[in-house]
Amino acid sequence: MSDLLFARSQMAMSLAFHIIFAVVGVGMPALMVIAEWRWLTSRDPLQLELAKRWAKGTAILFAVGAVSGTVLSFELGLLWPTFMEHAGAVIGMPFSLEGFAFFTEAIFLGIYLYAWKRIPPRAHFAAGVVVAISGALSGAFVVCANAWMNAPAGFRMVNGQVTEVDPIAAMFNAAAPSQIVHMTLASFAATGFAVAGIHAFALRRGTPHRAFHRAALQIALWVGLPAALVQPLSGDWSARSVAERQPVKLAAMEGHLKTGPAAFVIGGWPNAETLEHTGAIEIPGALSFLLRGDPTAVVQGVDAVPPDERPPLAIVHLAFQIMIGCGTVMAALSAWGGWRWWRRKRGGGSALPDDRRFLTAVVLAGPLGFIALEAGWTVTEVGRQPWIVQGILRTANAVTPMPGLVVSFVLFTALYVGLAIAVLFLLWRQIIKTGVTPTPMGLTSELPIPTPGSTASYPTP
Amino acid sequence: MSSTADVATALTWTLPHAVAGTMVLSLNAYVLLGGADFGGGVWDLFARGKDRDAQRTLIADAIGPIWEANHVWLILVVVLLFTCFPKAFAHLATELHIPITVMLVGIVLRGSAFTFRTYDSKRDHVQRRWGRIFSVASLLTPVILGVCLGAVASGAVPIRSTESLRTVTFGARFIDPWARSPFPWAVGLLTLALFAFLAASYLTVEATDDRMRDVFRRRAQQSQAALLALAVVTLLLARVENPLLFQGLTRGRTALTMHAVTTLAALTSLWALATRRFQTARMAAAAQASFIVWGWAWTQYPWMLPPDRTITELAGPRITLQLTLGALAVGTMILLPSFVYLFRVFKTREGGE
Ligand code: HDD
Ligand code: HEM
Ligand code: HEM
Repeated sequence: MSDLLFARSQMAMSLAFHIIFAVVGVGMPALMVIAEWRWLTSRDPLQLELAKRWAKGTAILFAVGAVSGTVLSFELGLLWPTFMEHAGAVIGMPFSLEGFAFFTEAIFLGIYLYAWKRIPPRAHFAAGVVVAISGALSGAFVVCANAWMNAPAGFRMVNGQVTEVDPIAAMFNAAAPSQIVHMTLASFAATGFAVAGIHAFALRRGTPHRAFHRAALQIALWVGLPAALVQPLSGDWSARSVAERQPVKLAAMEGHLKTGPAAFVIGGWPNAETLEHTGAIEIPGALSFLLRGDPTAVVQGVDAVPPDERPPLAIVHLAFQIMIGCGTVMAALSAWGGWRWWRRKRGGGSALPDDRRFLTAVVLAGPLGFIALEAGWTVTEVGRQPWIVQGILRTANAVTPMPGLVVSFVLFTALYVGLAIAVLFLLWRQIIKTGVTPTPMGLTSELPIPTPGSTASYPTP
Repeated sequence: MSSTADVATALTWTLPHAVAGTMVLSLNAYVLLGGADFGGGVWDLFARGKDRDAQRTLIADAIGPIWEANHVWLILVVVLLFTCFPKAFAHLATELHIPITVMLVGIVLRGSAFTFRTYDSKRDHVQRRWGRIFSVASLLTPVILGVCLGAVASGAVPIRSTESLRTVTFGARFIDPWARSPFPWAVGLLTLALFAFLAASYLTVEATDDRMRDVFRRRAQQSQAALLALAVVTLLLARVENPLLFQGLTRGRTALTMHAVTTLAALTSLWALATRRFQTARMAAAAQASFIVWGWAWTQYPWMLPPDRTITELAGPRITLQLTLGALAVGTMILLPSFVYLFRVFKTREGGE
């Protein structure tokens, strides 16, 4: 493999790793805050316990998000110095704003996690709300920067030099709105489904803490299902935006290889040489119709550009199909849940958490959000190749001159694998394996929440 | 190579200088807050005696609630660098690829191991292993951070001409700037001593009983001694290896004033520690560290990449700098009250349970 390929792989791995924790950092605060709100309004100790339990998981994941994000901000320079040299002044703005969002998030998360007993309950709840909002904002800012790579704006390139820089125009580039909405919804959908899956699993298996897991499942579904329900609409908006600005990416995603009226291609393996599919199901005219409202409309295919400007077709198409597949299943599950909930409100049917078939479906759908998330980013990033900034700068020209990148690739791979194992191990040990025990005072976890001044979290003789 | 006339004796304020000043301010905050967290990890590693677990608990409690917030100061420095000085960022990230990578590994291991240890409340060998990773990473990372800054300050990472890029060898380009001469390593050790000294000084105030206070008082004195010794060594090395840098360090009224106030802060700290005025000792330690950071900045001024690129030359477009400073101003108005609130909640004793 070449240095370029190692650089790309390292970037892809770092981002794929970070995005999991970033999304959790957007989604989990929402769950915690809802649980705490329910505790404040009902004084149900179960909800408080839930908020604390979730906060604890979030603390672990947040720390990993913070360190992996730090790695990323350096990696932009370590791997793509030429890119940053040109792009830094143009898209630094959202990154600077993101820095402030991190600050706010980190400060109030510190307060949220460690000040349960130090500040009044309402102030504590408010701290949680600030964490949730700043988490979502920091995600939005960084997606602005990414959208700029897809729809560059706010500068002119003259003789290889960036001039007439307009950071505001760059930040509010044309691809930003659809990507931000899609990403934010994805955060709630992915987190909601994953958490719901975990608690549904406990309920299905039978647990002594039914009430606890029911309460958790309820909140997670309230966050995950609505987001998943509207996600296909937002995805359609994204697709139109891509069609307008990155027709070749769209063609690669959809497997539309030759310019002409476009069929909707399901499955299949595109051949980059012959521009033919093997094993695809095609719905003639459907893509033309989706994009233009006319089944005979001509849509640019991959063949519209020379081969050295085409992205890897198979990966992009496959990843796109995976995202769509996951998204469809999730939306269907949401529709089913919504329908059951509506019937139940009218007095029919059983409550969702008592329906074993529904629980099974939720368990199975648990990982789908995160799978769609990774697939979606693969579409966006690999689909943009060979450009790092669409139409302006090639990835190959942006890479660092540092040779031997295999070393840093191996190093970071080992680091991330180690971290992933450690996180899974810890979550298992702390959040899942330790039960909740009923006490005369209500429910408390067996584990004290660490607070400053208490030594609960550290071995003392 | 620049002549002596280039050594600045007066400060001019322009937009790029305002941003660079903000970066130094942010680095200063990182040293005072994040640096002390690293120092805490160092003392965790060196915790000795019967009450070593109590020492570690004290350290963990002091770091606990705020390490992530402290850590963002470093990110702010990086973001400001790549937004407002993109050429400098691209250049440094290329030439110092190796030490920066090592530093990143250290940052990752320290941050995650600390959190894992805190939240892994099972008291067994697994938790002790997190603790070990946390403290070793706390020891190594500051050294590498200092090495990078030292290499830049000594002018070992110059921007090369296209011609010399074609002929330069791997070793000369990517390894020599930080590995060849002892100066960057002296700065690295100095950074480590500084962080350890800050942590010990703060912990004398954080401690809840006299025995613990005495432990960290001794630690503060020891690390202050190391710090002063290393400062002398660094200065001597600069004199031998790098006359330009040495001039920056010693020439002109501002440089001498910097040395004077740093020494004054050091003496105050020693006196306050000896007489058990811990609040004063903490303030003096913070002042001393800040003077060192600003002294370094002054030595570099007006160069961003010594020996031949100034802050002004490397700055990005004006509009970007203006907007960034605007964003900083607005952000600060939100952040300052938040920080005050954070420290009020955690650093006042009466709020405890
Ligand atoms: C829970 C996650 C999730 C789900 C269920 C979906 N997506 Fe998605 N999708 C993402 C998560 C995601 C993402 C990872 O968040 C991306 C990557 C970049 C972005 O802005 O969002 C993305 C990108 C993305 C893009 C490319 C945008 C670009 O390159 O700029 C398109 C066209 C779609 N999506 C379309 C869809 C459609 C039609 C879906 C409906 C079935 C769908 N997505 C479900
Ligand atoms: C967090 C979610 C993201 C994921 C999972 C992701 C995924 C990827 C992948 C798979 C690649 C490799 C593409 C290839 O080389 O074939 C890549 C490259 C890259 N991404 Fe992203 N990306 C994400 C967000 C971002 C954001 C927000 C930015 C910048 C603002 C960004 C900047 C880059 C850069 C600079 C490269 C390297 C150059 C390139 O290959 O185009 N990415 N990313
Ligand atoms: C090139 C891409 C990226 C860079 C350079 C980057 C940088 C960072 C940094 C430095 C942090 C740590 C902040 C702290 O110390 O608290 C962080 C955390 C975070 N990032 Fe990213 N990030 C990138 C991609 C993304 C994307 C695509 C999202 C989308 C949602 C995102 C959302 C977050 C969030 C919500 C956090 C908060 C910490 C957490 O909850 O784990 N980041 N990121």
